[in-house]
Amino acid sequence: MCKVKVITGTSAAAEAAKLADVDVIAAYPITPQTTCVEKLAEFVANGELDAEFIKVESEHSAMSACIGASATGARTFTATASQGLALMHEMLFIAAGMRLPIVMMNANRALSAPINIWNDQQDSISQRDTGWIQFYVEDNQETLDTILQAYRIGEHEDVLLPVMVNLDGFILTHTVEPVTIPSEENAKAFVGVYEPKHAYLDPDRPITQGCVGVPECYMETRYAVEKAMENAKKVIKEIHDEFAEKFKRSYGNGLIEEYNMENADTVIVAMGSVCGTIKEVIDRLKEKGKEVGLLRVRCYRPFPAEDIAKALKDAENIAVLDKNISLGINKGALYLDLASTVRDKKVVNYIVGLGGRDIRIEDIEKIISHVEVAKDGETAWIGLKE
Amino acid sequence: MVTIGAIIYEPGSSIRNKTGSWRVFRPILDADKCIKCENCYIFCPEGAIQEVDGKFTINYDYCKGCLICVNECPVNAITKVREGK
Repeated sequence: MCKVKVITGTSAAAEAAKLADVDVIAAYPITPQTTCVEKLAEFVANGELDAEFIKVESEHSAMSACIGASATGARTFTATASQGLALMHEMLFIAAGMRLPIVMMNANRALSAPINIWNDQQDSISQRDTGWIQFYVEDNQETLDTILQAYRIGEHEDVLLPVMVNLDGFILTHTVEPVTIPSEENAKAFVGVYEPKHAYLDPDRPITQGCVGVPECYMETRYAVEKAMENAKKVIKEIHDEFAEKFKRSYGNGLIEEYNMENADTVIVAMGSVCGTIKEVIDRLKEKGKEVGLLRVRCYRPFPAEDIAKALKDAENIAVLDKNISLGINKGALYLDLASTVRDKKVVNYIVGLGGRDIRIEDIEKIISHVEVAKDGETAWIGLKE
Repeated sequence: MVTIGAIIYEPGSSIRNKTGSWRVFRPILDADKCIKCENCYIFCPEGAIQEVDGKFTINYDYCKGCLICVNECPVNAITKVREGK
């Protein structure tokens, strides 16, 4: 029997890790992630979850411990945010290069300086080239559902990559919402048991992991990760559809979600919780007879270029919202990726919500009226004070 | 053919993957001067110095030319030459 609990995003992530029956959790507390690993520590301490909880002295160590655990064949979970994710940076490459299907919740938070604990997506965007699959969820229910799917995706033999599930700090991590929690039985039937075929610890079958990759083979290993990313697109869709059929909840096609796109000339492209606000604006405008669409990028790496190009084929004005900024080019990452995919359309970039700046309904309305008259390739910072 | 995660499933892959090509300087052992003190054998970080029937030889397939052996030899039985000369 599933049940509905009114919980925060971090609790939803902890519930998902418990349902996935993880073997090892290694984590260091950092705002706004802390309550996730607190909850997991509680589950382990009171016997609800049979797992090793490794308390480490930094996020670098947390990811190192997860890599070690995953390399033995254990199902592994961790969670972090912002500076913590940045501290993990070099280990993220190792997890991906060794093809270890670690799942991580990241609470999206701005990076210093100045010190800022509030939400934007600069932290995970800065890790986009590490070889991790990246999801950006819209609400707490999707957090739970995506973490369950993440284990299936990461552990799939055509993929074997670590997966990062990003949820907006405070906006989701600390806001309570009703979340349907599947029964242990149904969740276990869906997630299944991880049977590692490539990385394991078995004295009868000794292997060497993390070896030197000389120039004669390194390039091929990077190419193999790229192929795995390519494979992941299909796997993500399949597992999403299987989940949707079983649990009656779906998120577009797993990679992207289209909202009111049929008759819309103006389309907003965005990631994460802001899509909830955008949907609200779209509904209000629809009542007034104006059609605006939303293309939510749920999976950012691998980048679903074909799906995005197909979804935007009839759009005239495309507004890309970025909660991050690539300094020195005055563009956000999502815009840059999308502009290289959709070349013959008008695409305008909006830098929004950095460091927890609210993105209000009026801001979305302003973007919609601006994009209709803006020039292709423009960048506008929304809510910037003079 | 690179395996998933560049994992090595068979022991002894270093027999195929020779690493001596990195060498810039080549240590040369003069067997007549050698007093068989084993210093070079003990200090070699690559295990590239072998003792066979009481005689020491350098395995150039794996010697990377760090020249620790040259430095440690108490009787200067090991000298260096530039590779390719």
